[in-house]
Amino acid sequence: MRKTIFQGILHRPLSEPPPPIAGDEVISLARALDRASQRQLGRGLAIRAVDAGSCNGCELEMHALGNAFYDLERFGLRFVASPRHADVLAVTGPVTRHMREALLRSYAAMPRPNWVVAIGACARDGGMFAKSPVCEGGVGAVLPVDLWIHGCPPTPRDLLSGLLTLLPQ
Amino acid sequence: MSAWEQALSRLEAGAVLLSVWGEGAHVHLAWREGGSLRHLAREAVDREYPAVSARMPQAIRLERALRDEGVLTPRGLPDSRPWLKHDACGEPYPFLAVEGEGLHQIPVGPVHAGIIEPGHFRFTCDGETVVRLEARLGYVHRDVAGLMRGADIEVAAKLAGRISGDSTVAYAWAFARAIETALAITPPARALHLRAVMAELERVANHLGDIGAICNDGGFPLMQAHCAVLRERVLRAAGSCFGHRLMMDCIVPGGVGADLNDEKIRTLTALIGEIAARFPGLVRLYDLTASLQDRTNGTGCLSPALARRFGAGGVVGRASGHDFDARRDVCYAPYDGASFAVPVLSAGDVNARIWLRIKEIEQSLGLLSHFLTTIPIGATRCEIPPQDGEGMALVEGFRGDIFLWLALEEGKIRHCHVRDPSWFQWPLLEAAIEGNIVADFPLCNKSFNCSYAGHDG
Repeated sequence: MRKTIFQGILHRPLSEPPPPIAGDEVISLARALDRASQRQLGRGLAIRAVDAGSCNGCELEMHALGNAFYDLERFGLRFVASPRHADVLAVTGPVTRHMREALLRSYAAMPRPNWVVAIGACARDGGMFAKSPVCEGGVGAVLPVDLWIHGCPPTPRDLLSGLLTLLPQ
Repeated sequence: MSAWEQALSRLEAGAVLLSVWGEGAHVHLAWREGGSLRHLAREAVDREYPAVSARMPQAIRLERALRDEGVLTPRGLPDSRPWLKHDACGEPYPFLAVEGEGLHQIPVGPVHAGIIEPGHFRFTCDGETVVRLEARLGYVHRDVAGLMRGADIEVAAKLAGRISGDSTVAYAWAFARAIETALAITPPARALHLRAVMAELERVANHLGDIGAICNDGGFPLMQAHCAVLRERVLRAAGSCFGHRLMMDCIVPGGVGADLNDEKIRTLTALIGEIAARFPGLVRLYDLTASLQDRTNGTGCLSPALARRFGAGGVVGRASGHDFDARRDVCYAPYDGASFAVPVLSAGDVNARIWLRIKEIEQSLGLLSHFLTTIPIGATRCEIPPQDGEGMALVEGFRGDIFLWLALEEGKIRHCHVRDPSWFQWPLLEAAIEGNIVADFPLCNKSFNCSYAGHDG
């Protein structure tokens, strides 16, 4: 183990510079983010992820944000275990009927102010599952969405560039 | 003896159940004898038929889901609670009763503490020890089968690739193979090689992710940090070579939608070289860290008898002595021309499931080298004739064997049934955790790594 740790110290870090903020993938900030609340929250944002019917593709890429290349936490962004500790609810999937209640409860448990980020093609409008009778047709049908990050699934760079728009510039 | 009865006797005599499903007034049964796939359908008189699960317990959840559709009734189903359709049973869900002095329950989910798929786990504990775990799934049920009914082949292929995102390649391959079997066509040899390259990359990426994540759940994030770097390198190479990091929609019925030129083959060869150089160091790190070994050895044991009884495939089955791998035993192209070993262990604990993944990565690297150096020259896709037909396929994904059956009518999907390997693994997790402490559940769960989306459909 010592050898592995020493190698880690001797090598240059793998972390890459952040992607440009608000690239083409991030199409809109539906609600303008209030400057005062940004000042209040500072450079730290706690994110609670909720899978509301995703195929798990979006989750895999959200996981990748934690690896050495993207290193999400250096920007003050971190995933937390409880919605009660979260500023941001990151939702994936077309919102299945069976997840609707759990999603609403997660949102209700969050302190205010908070933001909802809809991640992926399914979260946008239901994607391939838009016509399913057991899906709600996207996160917007259930919660007010502040930021949409597109892709099927979005790449970690898309995710990072989208999430960074939530931080003060 | 009717054909149905004969099939059930063969199952009792050692044939392995692949799936049970309904289509209108018909009930379908699929099984395998060695590597040969068998399928039988019968009409359910008065919409009733004798439940397969009355004799084969691994079919209980499949038949509960079948019953949820509200068309057919499996007579004598041992557990008549709804499964995938939550509103069919009302709240609260009737969990199985557990009785005893001082027992308490811990409800977990559907929203878990992490970036994880949703599902509910109900633990009944005696102090720290888990007496019973019962899972309730179906939270990510999107009715993929319903969406596929009447869909064009192209649309259905994309849906198949989104049943479980971590196995998108394996699902797309299973769907394509079922279409090709139904229409009796064979894709060009180059396409088959490219499919195998993608499938092995998917296996390596997922196994790397799992090994890291299991160690992380054992309180050893160093392993995860290093495994995640290698995993990211695989996904980046896949992205640059096939145009999508998870290789979604890259396998299409009739062939593949992406080709490799010499430069891309060099990129993938370099990737294999890098993993081959770095991975052994990580394996040593795992093997020599006693505090981690203490968590994984003897934890979450799945007995070989149960694994065999449920026909559990994949890492879960093979780490408990169930020697089956669809690549070798169903022997579909291009694996028929490749030489590789199928590692099998018998301890059935978390450690065995980690080692099995390690050994499978080593085999996959060998397969990747072989396929990359022997890619035939030629077309990557063939025409799909507009014909009717029925076909099925069993494809080995990183999680185990994915079964898919479909029927084509007038160029559209009449019916498509998919069975994720997790259907026969989830129930075994409940058995493996018994007698372990609650704190070891993440290790057990992650080492199984069953799919929620794949299972819920």
